Formats: sequence, C-alpha cells, structure tokens
Amino acid sequence: MRYVVWGLLLILVVLHQSGIAIDSTKLLFGFLPEGLAFHIGISLAAGVTWFLATRFAWPIDETTANESAESPAGSEQP
Amino acid sequence: MTQLIIVGIYLALLLALGLFSSRLFRGTSQDYMLASHSIGPVLLLMSLFGTTMTGFALVGSTGKSFEQGIGVYGMLASSSGIVHSLCFFLFGVKLWSLGKQHGYTTQIQFFRDRLESDKIGLVLFPVLVILVITYLLIGVLAAGLTVNGVTRHAFPQIFSEEVFHGGVPPQLASLVICAVVLVYVFLGGMRGTAWANALQTGVFMVLGVVTFFVISSKLGGLQAASEAVLQHHPEKFTSSGIDRTVFLTFLLIPLSVGMFPHVFQHWLTARSASSFKLSVVAHPIFIMIVWVPCILVGTWATSVQIDGKFMFPPDFNANAVLPVMVGKLSTPLLGGLLTAGILAAIMSSLDSQFLCIGTMFTEDIAVHYGGKDRYSDQQIVKMARMFIIGVVAVTYILSLFDPPHIFDLGVWCFSGFTALVPLVAAALYWKRLTKAGGYACIIAAITSWSILFWKSGFAADDTFTVDIDLFQNTYKTLPVATMLLCSTIAMVVVSLFTKPPSQATLEKFFPE
Repeated sequence: MRYVVWGLLLILVVLHQSGIAIDSTKLLFGFLPEGLAFHIGISLAAGVTWFLATRFAWPIDETTANESAESPAGSEQP
Repeated sequence: MTQLIIVGIYLALLLALGLFSSRLFRGTSQDYMLASHSIGPVLLLMSLFGTTMTGFALVGSTGKSFEQGIGVYGMLASSSGIVHSLCFFLFGVKLWSLGKQHGYTTQIQFFRDRLESDKIGLVLFPVLVILVITYLLIGVLAAGLTVNGVTRHAFPQIFSEEVFHGGVPPQLASLVICAVVLVYVFLGGMRGTAWANALQTGVFMVLGVVTFFVISSKLGGLQAASEAVLQHHPEKFTSSGIDRTVFLTFLLIPLSVGMFPHVFQHWLTARSASSFKLSVVAHPIFIMIVWVPCILVGTWATSVQIDGKFMFPPDFNANAVLPVMVGKLSTPLLGGLLTAGILAAIMSSLDSQFLCIGTMFTEDIAVHYGGKDRYSDQQIVKMARMFIIGVVAVTYILSLFDPPHIFDLGVWCFSGFTALVPLVAAALYWKRLTKAGGYACIIAAITSWSILFWKSGFAADDTFTVDIDLFQNTYKTLPVATMLLCSTIAMVVVSLFTKPPSQATLEKFFPE
C-alpha cells in the first residue's frame, strides 16, 4: 500500500504538470474557469492522497517515537 | 473611519489574547519558545497553516492573478498542497521526534549535532536571518498597503491625496501592526502565538470566503463577474501565457517550507507524532479555500468597469488590487471586517517569525557561545525580545524604500529557503552527509541566491529567469532551480570527498 500511495503522489505531480485545460476558456457552473477547476481537483486529490499516506505510509513507528521522545534527553539541551 | 475602528477593535482583541495566554506562561524559556510541547492536532493545523499563509497568499496572489490570470493557482497553490504536506510528512514528523528526544529548540541545534560542528550556527544563523527578514518584509509591506488601500480618500484633510490617496499612510499602518504583533508575542510567547494564529487563521478563512461573495455580489454575481472577464480579457482564464518550464520550476518553490525556521519551531510544539496527521491531510484543502477566492477576485479585477472605464488600468499597482477591491466594493462595516481578515493572515505569519528569530538568537548564538549557565531564563527571554525588536526595526526601515511586487519578493525569499532544503533532507535521510558537505551546501545556496537576486535588480525584474539553451531550444527556468542544483551538487560532492560522520552520530540519528 505504501508504494500505491507514493505512486498516487507521482501521478498527481504528473497531472499537475500535464497542461490539461491550459488554453480552455470554458466556464463550469457559469463562473469557474475549466483550468482553475482542474487544479482545484488536484488540491482535493492531494488531500485524499495525504489521508491515505497517513493511514498506510506513516514515516515513523508511533509507539517507539513517542516513547523515545519521552526519554530523558533534557540534559542534551544545548 | 468605521473600517479603522473595526480594525482597532480586532487589534485590541489580539492584545487581550496575548495577555490571557501570558497568565498561563510557566516562566521557562522552553514554555516561551515551544509551549512545552503541548499543542494538539487542531491547534497545530491552524497555527501551521496560519504561519505558512502570509500577505503573499492573499495580497500577493490577488495581485499576481490580476496580472497573469488563473494560472497563478497552479503555479503555487495546487503545487503547495502536494509539496507542503510532503515536507510535513518527510521532515516534520522525524524532526519532531528527534527534537523532543534530544531537546532541540531550533534548526541550528539539530544541524550542530547531526553535522558534529560547533560552528555551523555562525554560518547558518546569518543566512536564515537574511532570508527571514525578506519574509518579514512581505508581511510588513502587505499590512501597510492593505490599510492604505481600504482607507483611500477617507482622510483627505489629514493625509495627502497625491502621496497617500487620502488614506492612512502605509508606513504608519505597518508600524502599528508590527507594534501590536510584538506586544502579543512578548506577552504570550509560543503559546500566545499558537492561539493567536489559530484565531487569526479562522478569521481570515471565514472572512476570505465572505469577501469573495460580497465582491462577486457587487459585480453582479459569480457568473456576471466571470463573463465580464471572458468578454474583455479571456486570456486571463487560461494559463497559456505561462512558460511551461517556468511552471515546472515553480514546483520547487513550496519546498521552502522544509527549511522555514518558524515552521520548524511549530513542528516541535506538537504533543505527539500523530498530531501531524491532521495538518498533512487538511493543508491542501485549506490552501484551496484561501487561494481560490483570491485568484478569482484578482482575475475579475481586470474587467471591472465603473462608468464605462476599467476600475484598474493594466499598469495599476498589483499589490493594491485586493485592498482597493475591498475598500470600494463593500460597506464600511464589512470593509472593516474584511480588512481585519486580511491583516489576520499577515499577522499570523509575522508573530511566528518574530518569535522564531528571537529563539534562534538566544539559543544558537547568545546561550551557545556565551555559556549555558551564564544567563537566567528571564535574561534569555529578555535577550530574545531585544533581538526581535532590532530585526523588526531593520525590516521596517527596508520597507520604507520603493517596494517590489509582494508576489515576486515572496518567490525570491522562498527560493533561498528551497536552496537550503537539500541540507535537511540529507541530514535526515543520507548517512554520508558530512560536516564539510553541510557547509558547502549553505555557502553554495546563499552565494547563488545573492548573485541571482542582485542580477534581477533585487526582484525589480519580475520576468527574470535563468535561460538554458539546449538542442537549439531555449528553456526558461526560475532561479530557484539553479540555486537548488548548486547547493545539492556542492553538498554531495564535498560530502563524498570528506570524512564520514562518526559511528556515534550515525547511531544517534539513524538507529537500526
């Protein structure tokens, strides 16, 4: 699943750069330019992808991180 | 006058919040600088978002879309939704863990340990301060222009029509805003700053959406406003005017968030690693909520007509588009509220930056080189405040000179931070990064930034690009690509040719 998440992110970046609707002056709902609507879609998709990332590809082990963070290291405070 | 009263009430509310949070102050520098690592997911999201959304996001984006159209959203908003969360995800969580484990308060403390270099602060500190001053300048300029823009022609007897358009002078407004932010940061420290950021983020998001609907209503509704653009400036609804390789290199700009010292400090305030999850997920959506209205308002501004004449001629000062739209297209009461919303966005970044530079000075310079037991906690807090006042004074003086476009100044500032991102990425993920490699990265980043910034006339040339001739084609790139390339190559090459870090350091930062 971790690889799927990173794959989705890569697809998002490619779509972001794809130039879809770049020259379109068509308005969606009568007011929203198609090119802007496409990038709003990218933003929403980014939210969904990052949700999946926090569920399936979280970068650190939660328990270990919190335990090690609680360990006495104040003495190392510069 | 009504607008000024409302803004005054809002500023008083912020001061009251600072006073209230000062009552919860635990009296230690750790509490003042990091709120004792007590910030939960919602407050972390609001404070991180408020910190990253500046005058650049509201005033700058509206002005730039007035000039270039809707393509500005793709250039920086949708890309930031992907890249900012990536930085929180890859850097923020790990740095929080290391920071809490080893007691770091600032970036330099982390790099000092990771690079095994006591003197790294002497190189990195001035570089970060220079870049933060550029960042502060965006907020200070935007605050002054906003107040001046919405009060135009309100005080013709007091302030010159010719120079200030009869409104509150931007220099005066900037001074007042700086003073208010300084006071509530001094009173509340990081806890007050986080709370003020959360309040202000809520204020500017809600009022931003209100602004959008009020302005569109005055323009005859959403459809009428957009149809006017189609009729007069249809090119503003396309991105065809934006060079594709420039658009590609814009993707590098949001990486800067990975090296913002104030964002690093906010990361360390988190209560737990899982506190980051909400920020990672919601950040792209929050950016969309703030940027879409600004981009549409800026684009609509190109085609607004009053008595058959365009309200904003093409050479109109882009920095003033949003404030003037708010001032002219709303009632005084609503205009005051909307102005407070814009100022909220600006102040929610200034406060974190003020606090952060004070922390950096005391922790990385004064205490580290002066001696740990030399100063009491109260003396440390006092020193931080003195340094902050000094930096704000320098920034304010710089703001008195003829300012460039806020958007372009922002891009230059972010480019400098992006050029330093290889350092944090390598420190966390590349065992072979060495002390000399770290120095090489910083020196290459600031040298390339300084040279290119100077060549652009200090952001005066808003079309400045680094052009690459390849296969009989010329590819335009933003200067950030060159800076990033220079700092990365310098770091990698020097690291590979110098002594690797000690085993103890590797075990500390890369435990099995």
